[in-house]
Amino acid sequence: MLSAATYGENGKMKDYHYSGPVEHRFSPYTFNGGTVLAVAGEDFAIVASDTRLSEGYSIHSRDSPKCYKLTDRTVIGCSGFHGDCLTLTKIIDARLKMYKHSNNKTMTSGAIAAMLSTILYSRRFFPYYVYNIIGGLDEEGRGAVYSFDPVGSYQRDTYKAGGSASAMLQPLLDNQIGFKNMENVEHLPLSQEKAVQLVKDVFISAAERDVYTGDALRICIVTKDGIKEDTIPLRKD
Amino acid sequence: MLLSAKPSFAPVGGFNFENVRRNAMLEEQMSGQGFKAPKARKTGTTIAGIIFKDGVILGADTRATDDMVVADKNCMKIHHIAPNIYCCGAGVAADADVITQMMSSQLQLHALSTGRAARVVTVTRLLKQMLFRYQGRIGASLIVGGYDVTGPHLYSIYPHGSFDKLPYVTMGSGSASAMAVFEDRFKPNMELEEAQRLVQDAITAGIFCDLGSGSNVDLCVISKGSVDILRPFDQPGKRGCKHGQYRYKKGTTAVLTKTVTPIAVELVEETVQRMDTE
Repeated sequence: MLSAATYGENGKMKDYHYSGPVEHRFSPYTFNGGTVLAVAGEDFAIVASDTRLSEGYSIHSRDSPKCYKLTDRTVIGCSGFHGDCLTLTKIIDARLKMYKHSNNKTMTSGAIAAMLSTILYSRRFFPYYVYNIIGGLDEEGRGAVYSFDPVGSYQRDTYKAGGSASAMLQPLLDNQIGFKNMENVEHLPLSQEKAVQLVKDVFISAAERDVYTGDALRICIVTKDGIKEDTIPLRKD
Repeated sequence: MLLSAKPSFAPVGGFNFENVRRNAMLEEQMSGQGFKAPKARKTGTTIAGIIFKDGVILGADTRATDDMVVADKNCMKIHHIAPNIYCCGAGVAADADVITQMMSSQLQLHALSTGRAARVVTVTRLLKQMLFRYQGRIGASLIVGGYDVTGPHLYSIYPHGSFDKLPYVTMGSGSASAMAVFEDRFKPNMELEEAQRLVQDAITAGIFCDLGSGSNVDLCVISKGSVDILRPFDQPGKRGCKHGQYRYKKGTTAVLTKTVTPIAVELVEETVQRMDTE
C-alpha cells in the first residue's frame, strides 16, 4: 500500500509514518471468546457459561459449553483459547484419577483449586491461555468459588465472572450479590432460585453488548444431591 | 513575539493535517513502550444491494461495534444522497457518515448548476475520485444505488477508490455470508416481494454468521419516482426477556452532601424531544 508522501524542507520526500523494523511472528494463541460465571450460595454453587465458540469475526460453533464436570461436587468453567481449555481439562481429569487411585478418595474442591494453581504455574513461561473459575461444594457442604488467572494465582470468592464479558458482568454481580454501592438495603442471603434467575438475566444483558457472548447459556447447579444442568437460549446475532 | 500577524480563527472546511507529524512522532515513541494509537470505531456490518424489476433495493444491518463491544444497537447505515439516490456505508463509521454528507451537498450544487436531475454515476465518480485522492486513508466501503433518468443503477465503491457496476453487491465484514445467499437465489428482473425477501435473507445471514453485524434489518426500496425506507424491516436478533426486577428504591444511593441554590427562572417556551431508547 502506498503511503501519502509529502516533500520536506530539503526537497527530498518525507514519509510521516513509523517505518522502523517490523517483526512478524506466528502466534501460538488465538482468542475463542466465551464468558463464564460462578456463584456460591449457602448450600449450592452455580457455574454458568455461554456456548458460543468464535474466532475473529466468525462463529465456529453455537453449541460448545465451557463448563466441565470434574467430580460430583465440582465443576470448572474455562474460557480463552479453546485448545488450551481442552488440554487443561484433560490434564485435570487425569490428575483426579491418579489421586483417586492412590488416595482412595475423591479430591475436594479446595484441593482441586490448589492443584490447578500448581499446574498453571508449571507453565509460567508459556502459559495456558485460559481463564478458569471453579465452582463446587467444600468439605462442609457450603458453596465455594475459586477464580484463577492464566498463570495460577487464585483466591476463594463468593461470585466471579471471567472471559470476554467479565468486565460487564462483574460490576452487576458486585451490586446484586455483594450489595455494593447501595444503602438502606436488606442483606438477604442468596437463595438458589434468585441466584439462577440473576445468572440468566446477567447473561441476557451481556449478550446484548458483547459480540463474543450469545447463542445459548449452560447453567450447572451443584448441590449435595449432584449436578443439575440447564440450557436456555440467548441472542444468536 | 507572534510569528504571524493574524492568528487563524476562521474555521476552514475539509480535513485538517496539523496533527499528522505529532501523531507519527507519538506512535514511534509509544510503540517502543507497547502502547497503540486509539482506533477509529468501525461499523462491522453487512450491507447489500440488488437491482430488481422496478428499481433498486438496498439493505443494511444496524450494529456499530467499538472493537468487539456493541456501541450502537440501532444505527442508521443507509444514507441519503439525493431524493432518488441512497448509499449504504461500511468500514469506519465517521468516514462513511461524513463522506456521504459531503457528496450529498456537492451533488445538490451540481444538479442546480447543470439544471438536470442528479445521476447515480455522478455520485459514484465524485466518491471514487475523493477516495482515491486520500489513498485509502478514508476507510469507507460504500454501496450506491438509485433510480435516475437513465434507469436503476447499483455501484459498490472500495476505500482505495475502485468501483464495480453490478446487478447485486455486498460489502462489510458480513459480505461473504450475504453474497452466499445472493449467489444462490438471485435472478434478474425479480418482483418486489421476492427481491425484498432476498435482501432480507442476505442481511439476516450476515447478522447471524458475522459477529460484527447484528440487531435489525433496514431496507431502502428505490423505484421510479418513489423511495421507501423500511426501518426496521425485520428484527431477527430479539432482546431476551429478563425475569428479575432491577429497579432501586429511593434512598439506595448514598447522599454525602446536599446544597440547595434556588434559581429564579421564568418559563418562556417548552419543547419535548423523545429519546430513542430501543
